[in-house]
Amino acid sequence: MTPELMKAGAKTREEHAKVVARQQAVSGVASYGRLVTGELDLTHGAILYLDDITVSFDGFKALNALSLSISAGELRCIIGPNGAGKTTMMDVITGKTRPDAGKAFFGSTIDLLRLRENDIASIGIGRKFQKPTVFEHLTVFENLELALKADRGVRASMFFRLNSAQLDRIGAMLALIHLKDSAQRVAGLLSHGQKQWLEIGMLLMQDPKLLLLDEPVAGMTDEETERTAELFLSLEGNHSLVVVEHDMKFIDALTRGNAAKKVTVLHEGSVLAEGSLADVQANEKVVEVYLGR
Amino acid sequence: MSAVLPAVPLAAPTRFLSPKRWFGVLAALLAVVVVAPLLNLVVPEGSVLHMSDYAVALVGKIMCYAICALAMDLIWGYTGILSLGHGVFFALGGYAMGMYLMRQIGTDGQYKSEMPDFMVFLNWKEYPWHWVVSDSFVAQMLLVVLVPGLLAFLFGFFAFRSRIKGVYFSIITQAMTFAAMLLFFRNETGFGGNNGFTDFKRILGITIATPPMRMFLFVLTGLTLIGFYLLARWLVASKFGRVLQAIRDAESRVMFTGYDPIRYKLTIWVISAVMCGIAGALYVPQVGIINPSEMSPAASIEMAIWAAVGGRGTLVGPIVGAFFVNGGKSLFTQYFPEFWLYFLGALFIAVTLFLPHGIVGLLRRTKQGTRA
Repeated sequence: MTPELMKAGAKTREEHAKVVARQQAVSGVASYGRLVTGELDLTHGAILYLDDITVSFDGFKALNALSLSISAGELRCIIGPNGAGKTTMMDVITGKTRPDAGKAFFGSTIDLLRLRENDIASIGIGRKFQKPTVFEHLTVFENLELALKADRGVRASMFFRLNSAQLDRIGAMLALIHLKDSAQRVAGLLSHGQKQWLEIGMLLMQDPKLLLLDEPVAGMTDEETERTAELFLSLEGNHSLVVVEHDMKFIDALTRGNAAKKVTVLHEGSVLAEGSLADVQANEKVVEVYLGR
Repeated sequence: MSAVLPAVPLAAPTRFLSPKRWFGVLAALLAVVVVAPLLNLVVPEGSVLHMSDYAVALVGKIMCYAICALAMDLIWGYTGILSLGHGVFFALGGYAMGMYLMRQIGTDGQYKSEMPDFMVFLNWKEYPWHWVVSDSFVAQMLLVVLVPGLLAFLFGFFAFRSRIKGVYFSIITQAMTFAAMLLFFRNETGFGGNNGFTDFKRILGITIATPPMRMFLFVLTGLTLIGFYLLARWLVASKFGRVLQAIRDAESRVMFTGYDPIRYKLTIWVISAVMCGIAGALYVPQVGIINPSEMSPAASIEMAIWAAVGGRGTLVGPIVGAFFVNGGKSLFTQYFPEFWLYFLGALFIAVTLFLPHGIVGLLRRTKQGTRA
């Protein structure tokens, strides 16, 4: 990992902690917008807890009694063949799809199934889509500005003005995602890999506690992929990450040198195997699903 | 390393108005408040510089349309929601004003009755419930804002909450204005049926059909247009405006960034509808008639054409478009009345094919071309 990147990440976090502390000192409350369903409770160690989730589309079970638990600060990789239900799982967590049955909790107190997409985003779950989704007609800077953690209300945004701490935070993020020179470019003109980075940057601006990343390195060059892996590893611990990926090299980079790091294999809507990458790769069922037909 | 690199200018602070725009706004103010009244009221008739009453009425009417085009730009150009039913908000504002004007006729109508002629004709003895406050100017002016605003709020609330988007949304806005038109065509509704309201005499007791009063309405319309332009510019330059554009580009991303798009869409939708309602209220006393044809689907589609011809997402473009298309219309219908619709159709096709950014887009491009 480049020390430069680590330093930059650490500095960003520090600065942000200061900003948050200042905001809290001023207003007395965290600036989450209107929704507070209770603070995130991590006393039981799990940040995300899915239990028996079933989703069916016209009889086809996209998720079949899926149960999954992610610990606070964990970086979890999820793999699985096409149609295994990886994206549907993210849809359920972020409120886009309502499951037919099951439970989904953020921490041990917040019931995700009762919240809407934007509320779920406000309580600290950020999502990166499979296809990079940025605001194409706005500049890179404006994209980050919109993602910046601030009051999401209509009136608040009419009268919103960036303060210098927020400006610094955007500047730091631009440096982190290597888009400093493109700050005033329209996002639609960025390369595919740069858009992926911008979207990741937008996620980080929200300072989410849990990041859901759907194929984050698709379309990136090898070098960009490597840098992304470094970035994610630097986030681990302070954030929890769920990475869905096909690229085994990338997964390898993320779990490198740590056998305790879990990889989950999804198949036909439920968990097929869970364990270290080596274990999973040696698992006969997994090999069968991936190779044998 | 970073000490060597020049600091990247980070925020281009989004300015509310550039100096060039300020100049344009001041020029428009001058034209509306000083030049037009002078040319119409002071310069004697027969002089080359004289502005005829016909021209005052025409420009006044087009300025009302320009307000609608501006409202269309906010909702379509910036938020990406194509409404093909804005005519209903325009007409509702117009009807609210028309009701008051009908009451102002007093006993000067054909039947010499306190009640409006169409009610006498229908043999009604008392006012229907929705005419209760119609003799109060203040109350009716409130209705000019409240009725279109409330309809837009209810319609938008259900449509946006059900996540109706794109062409489906456009179609149900058409259905809405069409349904309203059919309702207003009925005599029982109490809005004068297919004749609507006309033959207005006074406003606040002052005769409308005098040059100073007409000029006053003209100036008022011009000031409203300029005011709405500034309001729209302010909205668009704020973070609110950038969220609207973000909704246009990628609504799901907006949602997963923590914004509630429904609130944003509803806000701009209601603002846009109210602007149209006020435009309708200014239109009625100047044109002298309001009837259900303002709610016809074609009338709403025309508003979209003004915005598209002038250039969406530019604010000034739709205003230019409204003047261009309606100016053309009054010329064409004067000299080649039977060809107007063909011309309008051809214009729309030409703009769609060759000028995706409208007239203003073309001007900006040629300017950049000469500079390069």
